[in-house]
Amino acid sequence: MFEIDKIRRDFPMLERTNEGKPLIYLDNGATTLKPDCVIAAVNNYYQNITSNIHRGDYHLAYLADQAYQQAREVVADFINCQSKEVVFTYGTTHGLNQIAYGYGIKNLKKDDEILITVAEHASNILPWYRLAQLTGAKVRFIPLDEKGKITVENVKLALNERVKIVSLTHGSNVLGYISDIKAIAAAVHEAGAILVVDGAQSVPHIKTDVKELDCDFLVFSGHKMGGPTAVGVMYGKYQLLEKMEPLLLGGGMNYRFDIAGQMLFKDAPDRFEAGTPGIEAVLGLKAAIQYLQNIGMDKIALYEKQLKDYAVSEMKKLDNIIIYNPEPDIGIISFNITDQGRVLFGQDVAAYLSKHGLCLRSGNHCAKNLWHHLGTDSTIRCSLYFYNTKKEIDKLIEVLKTATLESCIDVIF
Amino acid sequence: MNSLKDNPILKREIIMDHYENPRNNQLIDDENYRKIHLYSSSCLDDIQLQVLISQGVIADVRFEGIACAVATAAASIMSELIKGRSISQAEEIIENYFSMIAQKDYDEQLLKEAVVFEGIGRQVNRVNCATLSWKGLKQLLDEDEKR
Repeated sequence: MFEIDKIRRDFPMLERTNEGKPLIYLDNGATTLKPDCVIAAVNNYYQNITSNIHRGDYHLAYLADQAYQQAREVVADFINCQSKEVVFTYGTTHGLNQIAYGYGIKNLKKDDEILITVAEHASNILPWYRLAQLTGAKVRFIPLDEKGKITVENVKLALNERVKIVSLTHGSNVLGYISDIKAIAAAVHEAGAILVVDGAQSVPHIKTDVKELDCDFLVFSGHKMGGPTAVGVMYGKYQLLEKMEPLLLGGGMNYRFDIAGQMLFKDAPDRFEAGTPGIEAVLGLKAAIQYLQNIGMDKIALYEKQLKDYAVSEMKKLDNIIIYNPEPDIGIISFNITDQGRVLFGQDVAAYLSKHGLCLRSGNHCAKNLWHHLGTDSTIRCSLYFYNTKKEIDKLIEVLKTATLESCIDVIF
Repeated sequence: MNSLKDNPILKREIIMDHYENPRNNQLIDDENYRKIHLYSSSCLDDIQLQVLISQGVIADVRFEGIACAVATAAASIMSELIKGRSISQAEEIIENYFSMIAQKDYDEQLLKEAVVFEGIGRQVNRVNCATLSWKGLKQLLDEDEKR
């Protein structure tokens, strides 16, 4: 039994409006709403235990430090790793930059290869482009299949002895496909490379076990799973974390340094957490994970699957829609609306939806390399989370039925 | 003209017409044109604008790109309005357009069809769309003055 009404009461934003209409939030791929317990955890840090971590010279600082380290254990339990393999970052982007720079710069040389796909988010492309510029390594793209999926077969075909890093999304932010990471990891390891997994769109929605996936790195963001912004996680197998240079140097990550330029860094994970982190965000993330665990990731995944299936089947009934991924694995549906055969510009439609309280994003969703594959410049994206309902989908369908060039233009007056 | 502001059906028709049949919607390969490539930071709008200035007059305005209905219509209307004007006239029109967008006083007569965007200032997330090409034009004219 999925107690949707009870769950919805945990999210204060669901009581709010958008343009004067009850909020229907369907942009969960961008960020998610926060439950009370997360807001309370953030507040608790500010109201009761404000102090910096790493330097517990007084009791209050000890309390903050303890809460921060407990969060690491909660994350470790959530993804099934050791707590020393959990590095707190500012988000997925930070994690990917850390890996590309920190691991890549030390372990790649000229003519080595990095494999990615066109379905990756900008944050899983640009750091590799820079790594290629810095090292002389090459970025190559693994072809997607005709549906836009990353397949094990295509990964295998792209692998060769020059490939050192494969970096793939677990859940595509535009097409909502889940890649078979376990099988891909086996193929990548057999070829002697490491596998980096962008879990930004998967970890919030499906149970994630890094031991079972056997990926070498996994990165994700707190704010896409009910947690605060500006906190994320970089998991890395410990022996790989030991081989990685920190991207950021500064306080909290070193044991000592001297006037001659000598530096001695701490071990992972502290080595990768220079500067004062978002302590309240880490504590909020801990609350978010505990909240998800209380409901149960399996239940969340099942509910979202049922909701996604309902949304897709209702959307397919519309005669003014093009769906680019009619069979997504997770609740991400990319589409455009047509008027007399002509595709309406996504932003015009999104502005029309907004007038009815519906929050959906239009655009290229930071996956600018994917569009040639899809045959369009941009889409409107409906992305679901476990607090969404069939009733909200019904409202979306009702409004989409009335979307025309005229109605989209009328909302600007 | 006075009635256009208060006639949403006519305003919609004008925007649709300029969106579906944009004027001056082809770039030209001519070095005498000043060029600017405009991107919106908040959406996909991506417009290239070309202006030919000859003896203090804006002899030609052209644009091309991928943009929403508001941005496309705004660029098309702007191109028609500005073409053939002296630089000082164009500057006056630009100033009035931005006053209108900012919900301040402006001269309706000068803006002609561009008054269809009179209410866009209330749709803050669409202001960028309605001003992208106009900002580009202003930048080109400002650069021209510095020469």
